[in-house]
Amino acid sequence: MDFKDYYAVLGVEATATQEEVKRAYRKLARKYHPDVSKEPDAEARFKDVAEAYEALNDAEKRAAYDEIGKRHKQGEAFSPPPGWDSGFEFSGRGGAGGDGGYEHSDFFESLFGRQAGGARSRGAQGAHGPVTGQDHHAKVQIDLLDSYRGGQRSISMRVPHPDASGRMVMQERQLDVNIPKGIRDGQHLRLAGQGEPGHSGGPAGDLYLEIGIAPDAHFRVDGRDVYLDLPVAPWEAALGASVTVPTPDGNVQLTVPPNSSAGRKLRLKGKGLPSTPPGDLYAVLQLALPPADTQAAQAGYREMEKAFAGFQPRRTLET
Amino acid sequence: MVSTSNHRSLATCVLVEEQVQFSLIELTQACRADSEQLVALVNEGALTPIGDGPQRWRFAGVTLQRARTALRLTHDLELNAPGAALVLDLLDQIDTLRARLRRVGGD
Repeated sequence: MDFKDYYAVLGVEATATQEEVKRAYRKLARKYHPDVSKEPDAEARFKDVAEAYEALNDAEKRAAYDEIGKRHKQGEAFSPPPGWDSGFEFSGRGGAGGDGGYEHSDFFESLFGRQAGGARSRGAQGAHGPVTGQDHHAKVQIDLLDSYRGGQRSISMRVPHPDASGRMVMQERQLDVNIPKGIRDGQHLRLAGQGEPGHSGGPAGDLYLEIGIAPDAHFRVDGRDVYLDLPVAPWEAALGASVTVPTPDGNVQLTVPPNSSAGRKLRLKGKGLPSTPPGDLYAVLQLALPPADTQAAQAGYREMEKAFAGFQPRRTLET
Repeated sequence: MVSTSNHRSLATCVLVEEQVQFSLIELTQACRADSEQLVALVNEGALTPIGDGPQRWRFAGVTLQRARTALRLTHDLELNAPGAALVLDLLDQIDTLRARLRRVGGD
């Protein structure tokens, strides 16, 4: 486990005031928040920033961290000093509100203990009568083909689970799930009774799975519609052609009309994601030029040049 | 990390966006939020249930995603309900503009 320099993560000096820590956090949080940011790795960056803020915004945690920090540098191997009580109960605000909480790094947990959202269920155990378990959320990624075909899929996820001492730990869990045909990126599945177990005979909570569709090498998904860049030869675009087009669910024949230009979108009605009505698949034409690397090929281009003597490709640029 | 109970079963599942309507209590539990937070978002017009009064409110399935985003923003960016509602509106606008851009071929 490596030591984490939380001050460096927030870009502040170790002598920064609480106000400065807060300001640095807010600025970085706006920049990297996964709900608003288009930065690459926004989610990972935001987790780091949120964890650093959680450690430094709380006076008790910051003091404990500073104590350790006097003896370590960023990236240096770190293990908690002997006698350091990693189960120490910190009184600061627990985890995140709701379950917006992010999984902490091992480094954070070694310092401040694991607190993954167990606070409310621990409180609930003292209550009278049956108590419903909490609902859980997890994200899973499926392939585009899984959405086209639907059906049973085995998925694994990490979910918080109470260990023998009642502390919440992240645990690997496997589930067989029926993926509905045509499910779209960002939609949710609710699995009744698969959340946190109930207390004192209460029913279990539900599990919500947020579905992400993994990026595909050829297909882009936009809602129910699917896009594919389709390379065609100049003569296919000019003269028209019947070409074989792959779709996530098998090949289909597509007619390229004569005089098509690059960028033209050809619609394959109903070949997008299944639904009522189903989405469409758009083949976006790309012109593929054959290389002029033989004498015959060069002669071919010369012929074209002659045949299109009056052609001015840059006429639109003339003033 | 050891996993203990690993009996595999085919879980019955429903597609939230198309098959589920939430009452306020159900949405509160699904978002693991306080009902006051959700009521504040309704009062801002950020969530739009049908029905008169919190007891009778019914939220469409798509509300789950919207409410969770609003709650994350509220917590992580230390926003209040009007601030979170404004961000949701702006995110909606960005989505609309991106979709329009794609339709005119600016993809």
